[in-house]
Amino acid sequence: MNFNLVGCWALFVKEVRRFYSVAIQTIFAPVVSSLLYLLIFGQVIDTKIEVFSGLTYSQFLIPGLVMMTVLQNAFSNTSSSIIQSKMHGNLTFVMLSPISPLELYLAFVGASVIRGLAVGVGVLLVGMFGFDLTMNHPWWILLFAVLSAAIMGSVGLTAGLLSDKFDQLAAFQNFIIVPLTFLSGVFYSIHALPNIWQHISHLNPFFYMVDGFRYGFFTQSDVSIALSLTITVAFFFGITAINLILLFKGVKIRD
Amino acid sequence: MTSAAVSFQNVSKAYGTLQALKGVSFEVEKGAFFGLLGPNGAGKSTLINSMAGLVKPSSGHILVNGYDTEKSYRQTRRQLGLVPQELISDPFFSIKELLTIQSGYFGLSGSVQDKWIGELLERLALSEKADANTNQLSGGMKRRVLIAMALVHKPDVIVLDEPTAGVDVDLRKTLWDFTKELHQKGHTIILTTHYLEEAESLCEKVAILQKGQLRALESTSDLVSMHPFRYVRVSLSQRFEKAMLSSTLDLANRLDSFNVNEVVFKVEKELPLNQVMSWLSASPLSIKDITSRDATLEEVFISLTGGQDNEL
Repeated sequence: MNFNLVGCWALFVKEVRRFYSVAIQTIFAPVVSSLLYLLIFGQVIDTKIEVFSGLTYSQFLIPGLVMMTVLQNAFSNTSSSIIQSKMHGNLTFVMLSPISPLELYLAFVGASVIRGLAVGVGVLLVGMFGFDLTMNHPWWILLFAVLSAAIMGSVGLTAGLLSDKFDQLAAFQNFIIVPLTFLSGVFYSIHALPNIWQHISHLNPFFYMVDGFRYGFFTQSDVSIALSLTITVAFFFGITAINLILLFKGVKIRD
Repeated sequence: MTSAAVSFQNVSKAYGTLQALKGVSFEVEKGAFFGLLGPNGAGKSTLINSMAGLVKPSSGHILVNGYDTEKSYRQTRRQLGLVPQELISDPFFSIKELLTIQSGYFGLSGSVQDKWIGELLERLALSEKADANTNQLSGGMKRRVLIAMALVHKPDVIVLDEPTAGVDVDLRKTLWDFTKELHQKGHTIILTTHYLEEAESLCEKVAILQKGQLRALESTSDLVSMHPFRYVRVSLSQRFEKAMLSSTLDLANRLDSFNVNEVVFKVEKELPLNQVMSWLSASPLSIKDITSRDATLEEVFISLTGGQDNEL
């Protein structure tokens, strides 16, 4: 297969440098926001709730917060990059180059994974510093972090491609991404919910990403790790297919 | 496989009910300096963007050096350098970084490429601004950056979509000198411009599009010489009034334009100049000087497009 590895790498590096050049906004600010959640929710509720046996609420919360920042920042990276490139017109430079839709997809999503992991590691390090947190299965943690970041980078790419202006992108983020993230079990175990909401939570694909990620820390989860992995991988392939179709057809970028 | 630099084969493009291109077919020869002209909305940019891969034609094919722009887009994009009409910026990177990144997309890096980037910056008078962000640049400077970006991979075919729009005289000269040099080195140049005098002086051959269709495809000199009229300019030693021609209807019918003490007649080429002179002698005009010239490309253009839009 004819693959423009150098071109794909150049675009990936450009995308990483783009968010790194505004690291205060793209890395440090999300870390601080997540730690505020930990400070407020963790300290206030810590002694009142035991979500999983043998764990404080803060210990339960940290992996959820890490995953939430990974998801939101991976989404933000691709969506804001694409929409800005469309607004400024500089997406034209990529479109004029011999970079294929697949290479464009891999570069943008790859950069979003890097940003998601960078922010996630920041939250995790600070969380581990202040709380007794062990990582029982580091490879599961890494696998779910990378897969989830790639999924949300892909969702961000779809949103950025389909949006014509920032307003539409903000609607996508505020009415779809944020609710699904907050209702994915970041702050609670779905077993604490009434039955009907437990069933509804099972329809939220973000729930499986958070639950699988949390399993890597505690060897405890709301659903089996196999189910979480299956649904997460299926979601990844599904959203990848949607993006590749959009890019090959040139929807909203090649009129 | 065609030997032309660019071959448009029955290219059509529809945006909903709007038919932007209607089966356009023509070829641009290798090494040509080619002008693509037409009124606003004629389909010039749609055609150019289709060639560059920014627009998907509804039907038809475009070949660049024999490669199909859809099936073999990697090859065609390596051989095409497009300077787009719209000004583009990137707030995150300096000019030099943008050129290096763009080179990377084409798989180009290393000292040879760095040298070429330096040469581009030098030739386009961008060296002093190499580390500046594009947001800090004037419109003219941004236009130069676009030209450098289009040339970063040394394309065989260079497409300039109204490159001198909003550009000062100095840059226009720099740009045309550089473009002529590239043409002399064997590059094929395809140009659209608002300025017909530029097209006339630079382009060996022109295509005129109107309402998405090809109206003319000729060498520039043939197109101008095929025009059925010549223009006779008469300078007067008196103030011109239209009433002065009331006694010579032959002249009145051929009046093209006038100002305070100058009048231009549009005269059929087959009409002997003696005849015009005799009409002038019979008129009450007090003549200081007479000159005759062939039509300009602009006049041919207006005549072909029915004056739909004097601005290209």
